[in-house]
Amino acid sequence: MNPDLAQERRRATFDPEQVTSLLYRGPENVRKRRYLQNAAIQDQVLRGSKPWAFQSRIEQYETALQMYIYMMNKLDEMGVTDPLERMYYQEAGAPHYYNPMALHTGMFIPSIEKQGTKEQKERWLPMARSLQLIGTYAQTEMGHGTFIRGLETTATYDPSSQEFVLNSPTVTSMKFWPGGLGKTSNCCLVMAQLITHGKKRGIHLFFVQIRDLKTHRHMPGVESGDIGPKFGFNSNDNGYLKLSNVRIPRENMLMRYSKVLEDGTYVPPTNQRIGYGTMVFVRAHIVTNSARGLSKACVIAIRYSAVRRQTEVSPGGPEAQIIDYQTQQYKLFPLLATAYAMYFTGRYAEDYYEQIASEIEAGNLESLNQLHAVCAGLKAFSTWACTAGIETCRLCCGGHGYSHASGIPKLYTYYTPGCTYEGENNVMMLQVARFLMKIYPDIKRGGPIHEFVQYLGADLTQKSCMTEEVALGCLLKAFQHRAARLLSDAAARIENLVRSGKSRQEAWDASTVALTWAAKAYCHTFVVRTFSQIVSDAAVDKSTKDVLTALCKLYAIDGIIENLGEFIEDGFFSPHQVSFLKNKLADLLAEIRPNAVALVDAFDYPDKTLDSCLGRYDGQVYPALYEYAKNSPFNEQEVLDSYHKFIKPAQTEQSQRAPMARL
Amino acid sequence: YNLATKDPFFRKFKPWAFQTREEQYEICLQKHLYINKKCKELNLTEPVDKFFYTEAAAPHENSPIGLHTVMFIPTIEKQGTEEQKKRWLPLAESLKMIGTYAQTEMGHGTFIRGLETTATYDPRTREFILNSPTITSMKYWPGNLGKTTNHCLVMAQLYTQGKNCGIHMFMVQIRDLETHMPLAGIEVGDIGPKFGYGTNDNGFLRLSNVRIPRENMLMRYSKVLEDGTYVKPPNAKIAYGSMVLVRAAIVTDAARALAQACVISIRYSAVRRQTEVSPGGEEAQIIDYQTQQYRLFPLLATSYAMYFAGRFMYDFYLKTTAEIEGGNLDSMPQLHAISAGLKAFSSWMCSAGVETCRLCCGGHGYSHASGLPKIYIDVVPGCTYEGENNVMMLQVARFLMKMYGKLQNGEALPTFMQYMSTDLNKKSCMTEEVALNCLVMAYEHRAARMIRDAAASMEKLVQSGKSPVEAWNGSTVMLTWAAIAHCHAFVTKLFVETVVKSRMDSKVQSALTSLCKLYAVHGIVENLGGFIQDQFFDSKQVKILQKKLMQLLAEIRPNAVAFVDAFDYPDEVLQSCLGRYDGQVYQALYDYAKSSPMNEKEVLDSYYKYIKPAQNGKYQQYSKL
Repeated sequence: MNPDLAQERRRATFDPEQVTSLLYRGPENVRKRRYLQNAAIQDQVLRGSKPWAFQSRIEQYETALQMYIYMMNKLDEMGVTDPLERMYYQEAGAPHYYNPMALHTGMFIPSIEKQGTKEQKERWLPMARSLQLIGTYAQTEMGHGTFIRGLETTATYDPSSQEFVLNSPTVTSMKFWPGGLGKTSNCCLVMAQLITHGKKRGIHLFFVQIRDLKTHRHMPGVESGDIGPKFGFNSNDNGYLKLSNVRIPRENMLMRYSKVLEDGTYVPPTNQRIGYGTMVFVRAHIVTNSARGLSKACVIAIRYSAVRRQTEVSPGGPEAQIIDYQTQQYKLFPLLATAYAMYFTGRYAEDYYEQIASEIEAGNLESLNQLHAVCAGLKAFSTWACTAGIETCRLCCGGHGYSHASGIPKLYTYYTPGCTYEGENNVMMLQVARFLMKIYPDIKRGGPIHEFVQYLGADLTQKSCMTEEVALGCLLKAFQHRAARLLSDAAARIENLVRSGKSRQEAWDASTVALTWAAKAYCHTFVVRTFSQIVSDAAVDKSTKDVLTALCKLYAIDGIIENLGEFIEDGFFSPHQVSFLKNKLADLLAEIRPNAVALVDAFDYPDKTLDSCLGRYDGQVYPALYEYAKNSPFNEQEVLDSYHKFIKPAQTEQSQRAPMARL
Repeated sequence: YNLATKDPFFRKFKPWAFQTREEQYEICLQKHLYINKKCKELNLTEPVDKFFYTEAAAPHENSPIGLHTVMFIPTIEKQGTEEQKKRWLPLAESLKMIGTYAQTEMGHGTFIRGLETTATYDPRTREFILNSPTITSMKYWPGNLGKTTNHCLVMAQLYTQGKNCGIHMFMVQIRDLETHMPLAGIEVGDIGPKFGYGTNDNGFLRLSNVRIPRENMLMRYSKVLEDGTYVKPPNAKIAYGSMVLVRAAIVTDAARALAQACVISIRYSAVRRQTEVSPGGEEAQIIDYQTQQYRLFPLLATSYAMYFAGRFMYDFYLKTTAEIEGGNLDSMPQLHAISAGLKAFSSWMCSAGVETCRLCCGGHGYSHASGLPKIYIDVVPGCTYEGENNVMMLQVARFLMKMYGKLQNGEALPTFMQYMSTDLNKKSCMTEEVALNCLVMAYEHRAARMIRDAAASMEKLVQSGKSPVEAWNGSTVMLTWAAIAHCHAFVTKLFVETVVKSRMDSKVQSALTSLCKLYAVHGIVENLGGFIQDQFFDSKQVKILQKKLMQLLAEIRPNAVAFVDAFDYPDEVLQSCLGRYDGQVYQALYDYAKSSPMNEKEVLDSYYKYIKPAQNGKYQQYSKL
């Protein structure tokens, strides 16, 4: 054990086990999580492969496929069915591989379950569960992403044969990006514009077989393949798909909600938005998932900062641990706080989803808008904060952070697509803004509104209650005030533009930056509120609660200082109050310092999950880096073939000197 | 550019993203050896000319022999004696010696004095004995060290007559010139795959009792005599020159990277359409969305600003080094502070900007087909190498505190620091017109105030009983803020001056002025707290700036594509399906996908190996549902 890390752990003022228990919902769940992780870590088959970074892309794909099929069987054998528990096992078993069949279990099967008729479920689900059908979900097209109504793929009903004819009429209409589509899947759910009786009926889902179930070769009319190497996700065969007059039976349209009858009559769904559930569910999970990414990066960067030493503090003295530098603390500790904030918020969003989803199933759609806005906003807010945070963690590890030995570049490339997939973040923020503007008249009128948005109607002339003590309540009020003011500013801007003669649409378009500010402030407030609520409700001992409270305050104060203009533009804080906040920020960094390592230990990631030479629990950073280097595939040969092929001839060409071995 | 892009030699290779790392290295090596030869044939000697040729021939491919030309040879030239130059330079020019520069160790980076490698002089044999005494002392990261080079300049702690004489540079042969095998006492290799720089065999080096003759220490300035007597250099700082040059180059590199990212994302934003503006109508070009403009146009302005800053930096370097060579060291602290600050400021702004450009391209930005991930991983190490950015900012802060002390004592300040003496009670002159000089004044006001605040914070801590070192350490966040504000003011002022002085027709002038204003106004709005916490702007002025910002976005919109075209990068340099000059984005993406190595076989071997055996259900007999 590295002595610096050992000392860090001794110096902590609280018991990390209590926080672990809070994070993973109780000791029983912590025990289960550890059991599953250990089962994966100790499994000989899963241990076998060489590090991912030493593999070619084809090897990465193959390793991932092998491991995930193996784990799927193991989990079934063990009778593990809960998705979260399955994830714990997989995270430890194949930490850095994206599962080429992830969408088979994550989207293909659930969509059939949710949107298929009873007959369809009976027909497809057993085959899908036994992997005879391996499917994915093909929505995104080369030219069309977040704006689903713009999709170009067509499914035209032919009543004479009672079939749909699917086509990709243009290059831009080609499906592009769906995971597992390129090489792995043999069928997929295709999102397409339905046309019956010569009329467009909007987008619907169709079940299309793309490869022969026996030979895996393409079906007639299907052209598909991998889309090529990417920033990350290289073990995934994200694919393209071009359909030319592909015919499928009428029964292959997912018809639980809308239907096409034999004669081609279209029966619309009872509620247009009923299909949105899955999308909202996925977004809620992205929040927790981003938090996981950032928390792993924090574990690595903070442990390494306790081990790494640089620059003697006084001439001739020992070099300082870099975690003792205020600048390093100022970068890392707010991110640590962010990781906790997002984790708690993500969990809250998941719970909220479950609650509303059951209301929706029961036919009550009242809260759907609220849920939709919250999940869209938090998805965007968390992915932005967490992915930028991961990069900051990487940079905090200096040069070594750039090596794949650190494990952080892989985290970054794994999590950053969250900003663009499942709804591009800027579009998400504007959806939040649209929701807020829609209820804005009610807010102004003081009508009955949800508790999430009630504060938006508060009196904007009120000043902050902040004192030197910096109470959590005053911090939360500050966030609420800022959100309310930015919303009112955006609304005022739109009204002004309308009054100056612009149409509503033009006024909206010319105000999207101000609207985005308001939406972000709303999400930020939501996170601060959730974090402080969970901390104050937490059943932990006093020393633990103190540490969590400090972390929560740091999150809030850092958020204010980093966005100071928005908090003081209208004189809400006096200059005096600003200096309280700045002083408190410096105090909090010092206060959290002794507990930083314990706070990352509390996330309880085994080394195998982190897969990082820098983030090891035992702090043996340098021997690990040396090992990593020695194992580089470049070092298999002492002298590379390219030396003989290229360097040697270049030397002889340029030099007439006699050969010599030594100078 | 054309010489390189039209040369069939460079066209015969498949795209870098389709290559394994071994292939990337090998192809890049081939290209750079060819470039080396071609430059000689074409008689290209100016570094900028060579750079243009290389950039077009091997864009964003870090050369396996790069440090040989930019560090190894120049260091011998600058720090070697006449005899050493005569002995080594011809061999190096002819590639008989291929060298690199080994400073960074596994446990030691920016703090050079902390290096652990030792070179102990043995007067009996007149040799130095080099050792890596600990695991942390191993050289780690030097470019091209792993597999390519046969020599390197090793930075080590010199010990002679039992005393430590600080760090010095030693020429060490690491591989046999004939067989290329490592010599006795040398353990050397590649450090493994990284985020980027796959073509570079960044290496590790462990030395065990490696003996080199006394003449292998670079002795232009300090010397070790035959008997082991150490002779100090006349000026301790004299060796810093090449470090400053490298930092100056990073500013321009960062600007170039951001410029290329802007070309790609702005062209793509003009081609990509999303969301019908009115129901049933046409989908809009995404460049017409204000949120997209708000993210991209300030970055476009930043790339221009940084490019001008880089050019200034290089000129200032040449001017100051000429003075230094002439014995006048007066400007050295300024040169050091400006280069450290601009290096950090530009690499931070530009790498973050490149990522924003990537995200502005939506999902497609994530594919290597966009070219953007490559640009990012190529530019972002600039934040940590050649002086870690936070450390750089604190060096700037140290300089600023010295200047602040001078100001307090009524001493004269260098021209570019004179803004510090402005009256901090004065309010902004900003009006509806948003004049350039009021913008510059705002930046200078903010920097001056932050410098004062940081100084005050330290003083307060000292008064409360802390030592000066503790007070410094307790104020580094504020000091960093001050240093960043100073750099921001410097870059803004330089941009304004460049635009005002440029002699171009009035249309160009007015377009550039808008861009420059956007840079300045956006910087204020994004860092508003720093400008208004002392009420420098009143709330009316803030509203003016926010409104102006939106106007400027609309003003720049029609010229956005022309602004990126002006950077004049050929498609071969951009290597991007999204950033093509002709805008044939989608066909290019399709072609990229079709040529993916995963598509060479319609059914991969892994299907038979893993998927097939897993499908042991009862449906095995069907091939179609």
